[in-house]
Parts: sequence; structure tokens; C-alpha cells
Amino acid sequence: MTQSTAQVHPAQAPVTDQPMLVVDDLRTVIQTARGPLKAVDGVSLILRKGEALGIVGESGSGKSVLGRTIMGLHRTEGPITVTGKVLLDGIDVQALERKQLTELWGSKVGMVFQDPLTALNPVKKVGVHLTETVRKHRGLNRAQARERALELLDLVGIPDSRRRIDQYPHELSGGMRQRVVIAMALANEPELLIADEPTTALDVTVQRQILDLLDRLRAELGMALILISHNLGVVAGRTDRVAVMYAGRVVETADARSLFTQPHHPYAEALLAAIPDLDEPPHLRLAAIDGSPPDMSAPPPGCRFAPRCRYAQDDCVAVAPVLDGPGGHLFACHHPVNAGSLPDERGER
Amino acid sequence: MAGSGSMHLRPEDERVLSVEELVVEFPAKGGQTVHAVSGISFDLVEGETLGILGESGCGKSSAGRAIMQLPPPTSGQVRLGGEPLTGVGGEKLRQARSQMQMIFQDPVSSLNPRRKVKDLVAEGPRIWGRQVSDDKIREVLDAVGLNPDVVWDRRPHELSGGQCQRVCIARALMLDPRVLICDEPVSSLDVSVQAQILNLLEDTKARYDLSMVFIAHDIAVVKNISDRIMVMYLGKVCEVVPSGRLAKEAVHPYTRLLLESVPTAHLDADQQEQGVPSALSAELPSPLDPPSGCRFRTRCPLATELCAEREPELRPAGDGHYVACHHAEVVAQRPPVATGLVEAGA
Repeated sequence: MTQSTAQVHPAQAPVTDQPMLVVDDLRTVIQTARGPLKAVDGVSLILRKGEALGIVGESGSGKSVLGRTIMGLHRTEGPITVTGKVLLDGIDVQALERKQLTELWGSKVGMVFQDPLTALNPVKKVGVHLTETVRKHRGLNRAQARERALELLDLVGIPDSRRRIDQYPHELSGGMRQRVVIAMALANEPELLIADEPTTALDVTVQRQILDLLDRLRAELGMALILISHNLGVVAGRTDRVAVMYAGRVVETADARSLFTQPHHPYAEALLAAIPDLDEPPHLRLAAIDGSPPDMSAPPPGCRFAPRCRYAQDDCVAVAPVLDGPGGHLFACHHPVNAGSLPDERGER
Repeated sequence: MAGSGSMHLRPEDERVLSVEELVVEFPAKGGQTVHAVSGISFDLVEGETLGILGESGCGKSSAGRAIMQLPPPTSGQVRLGGEPLTGVGGEKLRQARSQMQMIFQDPVSSLNPRRKVKDLVAEGPRIWGRQVSDDKIREVLDAVGLNPDVVWDRRPHELSGGQCQRVCIARALMLDPRVLICDEPVSSLDVSVQAQILNLLEDTKARYDLSMVFIAHDIAVVKNISDRIMVMYLGKVCEVVPSGRLAKEAVHPYTRLLLESVPTAHLDADQQEQGVPSALSAELPSPLDPPSGCRFRTRCPLATELCAEREPELRPAGDGHYVACHHAEVVAQRPPVATGLVEAGA
């Protein structure tokens, strides 16, 4: 089963230009007191230039570790072992020296984290956060850097940027702070932005503003986006393609619309059914998923969702399903749901 | 009275819990005052679930805690089954409090990490000096979906977040409360576990004849569990609406903004890409110095001079539906889906 989830389906491979990102059989293993923990266990992805990919999963599914491994923040070092390949615009991220890696950050790939307050240095003004990176990467002088910082603040929609630039992080609201963090990530015009739960700490009205901002920036700057979230709703309207992760693996990936309307993996289906729908009448019984996610230091054999899956049969425990499927809609399941929409050979249910 | 008023209150003899003119203020530095809750009223009838919905800083948690007198409100009346809780102290308050139990957001940190599940569950009655039989503990653990044989001797760190929340609910049930106050009980849980706990709360409420106040920021969650929803903004009530009518019939501009902001995963197959209207960029005003008149006016596309001068009072907007907005009629005429309100007003 080591190889099973690793195959990149030919339908996904772009025919023309070089992909922005190729992730091939990526594994991130963390040594813990309780033994090796396979946080990411054989993930393969391709992201085209300018494309937006959503990665959804519950806590512990490995989605954040995947994002950080793509960035090169996790590499074979200390308790962490990374195998497999991450090719960022053709560059093998895991093979880079630390110094080359820092050059890559900012110019090729930028990252936005969940908590904007801890991502900012409380004793530095907003402007310093922005000028630091552009001076280092672009060799601008002080005045030029400040101009660039103001430009960036305007770009991310911070009103009154000339005043804000000299304020400290604590003087800004959560939404404004997240805009500053996004401005930092954009300072050197990365071709790929990885946003890990960028709106989770924010209120719903502010969340919409930040998601709108990411949409606009993607359109204006033509960058690719990986949006990592536990919230399926956040990802639904904002990405071209979605990958659902469970216990360190991608269990289903498809274009956003078919994944949300015609999920084939029982986990994806169950996850959608568990969210209350605003348009349904109140007091509807929710379709909860029994049990809890597996302990990743001792994951179950075969399909990892099998112990919680209501369709599970003997073969699910025996053989891990391969991520495969027709027309770019891939799923790792022996007994897919919504099989009516599948071509005959897989439509077994 | 501003975004307050008391028109939506039910006859006094039907109320289990009644809160009138509740004000919660906290001192801030420089002699300033945080106006967390500013004169709101609400009630709860037997067997009802009242959802309190709002974003951070709207005062929903302060209101929930003020019911429990944690801390006592700055002013206003709280009555449980006709008995006043405000202004009474000591033993009488202690007696009354056991009839109301609270469930908090972070289940792990609300449990003493050094105690075992069996002792955590029995703690309430033991404090009251009551004998607690193992059978009773088992019965309650069973009722919250925990296997007593498995969790009996476990400590909180050996349980998942969802299981800890079940223990918290079991603790609350041991005292046979009348009212359960849940403050963001599922917001720290994963979607799949969240559904389990929401189902459990519905079951528990029916089985133990409880009335419930459910405080949360997630609109779909609040809608699903509540009978009636009170929407709060900056310490005031915007709208009180039966939950079945929230999505289509809400008329307060703030409620509509919330509804329009919710990202949904429930896409229809034939639906076009989500029409996401441009959001209002204005910031939430400071609760140190809230706007005059209607507190939402600084972000409201329909605001007029009237809104700055006079605070809107809750007035009827349909059966069991009340709204505190001078321009609710304008909103009511717009289509209930997205775009209309924000774009036209901006």
C-alpha cells in the first residue's frame, strides 16, 4: 500500500506548460515519544499556474503539515523525516540548502498562517514587517521600501495606509492584522500563496472580506493559491479544485463543484452531511460521523476511514484503496457513493 | 431604548427565565467603560431553545454569564421561575444556580485535569452534600453516549475533545437543572464531532425536560438547534426571529449581512458560482464608545440621520418576529438572497 496512493492520475497531468507545483508521494514522519507519527502519508498533487486548490480535513488530518512541507518548513531534520518530492516551479524544495530556501520564500511561495497576531512581531511597527522583506529580497533603499510597503497596504485594502504603517500590531483589529500578514506574504510577488486557515480566527463578516481579498489578489496578480481549511464552506466558493484529506492521505480530489455536489468517498459525503444547512428547517437530526479519527501513530490497516464508514466491507480493512477515478475526479474507495454518476466499471453499488 | 425594548417578551407566567433591561459594563483603563451589554431583554419559555447569535464582542457571552450572575450584571433583572436572581446573594443564589447549568466552549480546560471521570461527574451533587450512587453516574454517562466501563477511571487528557464535552454535559445533568446555558459548546470541535454533540444536546433536552440558551457565532448551527433566535450586535438586540424564518425572512440589515457572509458548502448542482457580494469594509466600533442611536449605523448601507438620533426599538415584523431597525420595511422588500442589500446601499 506504500505505493497505492502515490500515483498521479494521467488525467490530471497538464499537457502544456510546466505546473506550478508537483507533489509526488510525499511523506512527513515525525518521531514522537509514542513512535513515528505519519502526519502526511503518501500525498500526490499537481497545481497549475494560477490555479486555486482547497485542502480540507479535520484536525489531525495532516493538512497543515502538508502545507508546511510544501513550503520547506518541514524537512528531514531532527525528529522529522520527509520523503517524496516537492517540485515548486521545477525546483526540488526538499533538496535546497537552508539559504536557498529563504530566497525561495517570498519570491516563489508565500505563506499566511491562521493566527495573525502571533505571525506579527508585537514590538515592530506594521511598516517594519513589510520593509524588512522587500529590502532583503530586492535591495531597495529605505525610502523605496517604505513606498513599496504603502503600495502593499493599499493593495490589501487597508484604509489610511499612511497612518497604519506606523502603528503596532496590537493597534489593529484581527481582520486588519490578517491583511498585514497577507501583504507580507505578497511583498515579493510569489507565484504561489499557501494560506493555512487564514480566516479561522476571524468573524464571519471579516472572513468574507479576507476571502474576497484573496480572490481579488489572485485575479490581479495571477498567482496560484492553496487554501487550507477545516471549513468546507470557505473552500467551496473560492477554489477551482479541492482535495479532502483524512488521516494523512488525500481520499478524494476533484473540481470544487463535482466534489461538493457529487462526492464519491463516503468520508467526503459524511463530512458534507454533518454540516447544518441554513436552508433546511430547524431541529433536523444531523448525520454525525460515529467515532473519531484514528491515532496516527497506529493507523488502522486498509482504508483508514473503514472503522467509521457505514459502507465498509471486508475488503476495506484488507486492502487500502488506490486514489483513482475518471476524468480528474479521483477517490480512494472500494465502494464509492453516488456511483450513478460514474462510468460502468466503477459503478458497482 | 436602543435595539432593546421588551415587546418580544412572552406573558410572565409562561417564562422559565426572564431577563429585563440587562446591562453589563466593565471598567477599562483611563476611567473608561466597556459597554458589553446595554439594556437587553429576553425570555425563555418551558422547553424552548433560545439561540443568541452574534460576532465576537457583541456581548452574547456576557449576557449568558450575567444570567448565572457570573459576575452579577451592572443593572437589570434576571428571574428564574419567577424568583429574582439579581440582588440576592449567598445561600439563595447558590440554591438557584443549581437549577441552571453552563456548558463552555473549551471542554478540556473546563475539567479538572487531575480528577477521574466518575468523580468529575459526581462533583456537583457531592458539593451539595448529596449521596451519589454509582448507578446514577452510570445512567448519566450512558445518557451522554459514553460507555461507563471505558471512561470510568479516565482523566480528561485521555479523552478526545468531543468526549470531554460529553463529560461536561453529564456533569451539568447530575444536578437536574431546569435551564442549560451553552456558550459556544461546539466551536472548538471538528465538524463530524460537532454534529454528534448537537444531536446529543437535542436528545438531552428532550429526555431531561430542559430549556436551553444556546450561544454561538455559527448561524447554521444556531438555526438548527434553536426555536427562537436573538441576534446581537455591540451589546444590543437587532432582531428576534423564529429560527425557521431566519434564512428567508430576517429583515435587520445586520442579520442580512451575517446571512450573506456565510460561506456554504451546500452547493446545488445547477447553482452558479457563489455570488459573493462585496463586504462592508467598515470596522466594528469600539464598545468603549459605541455610536449614538442605532449601533449598527456606522456599517449599515441604509443608515440615515434618524438612525444617529434615535435608537430603534424592537417592533413586530411578523408572527413572533421582532426587529429593531428604522428601515426594516426597506429591507423586507428586497430579495432575500445575497447582493441586493449591500450593493444597493453602498
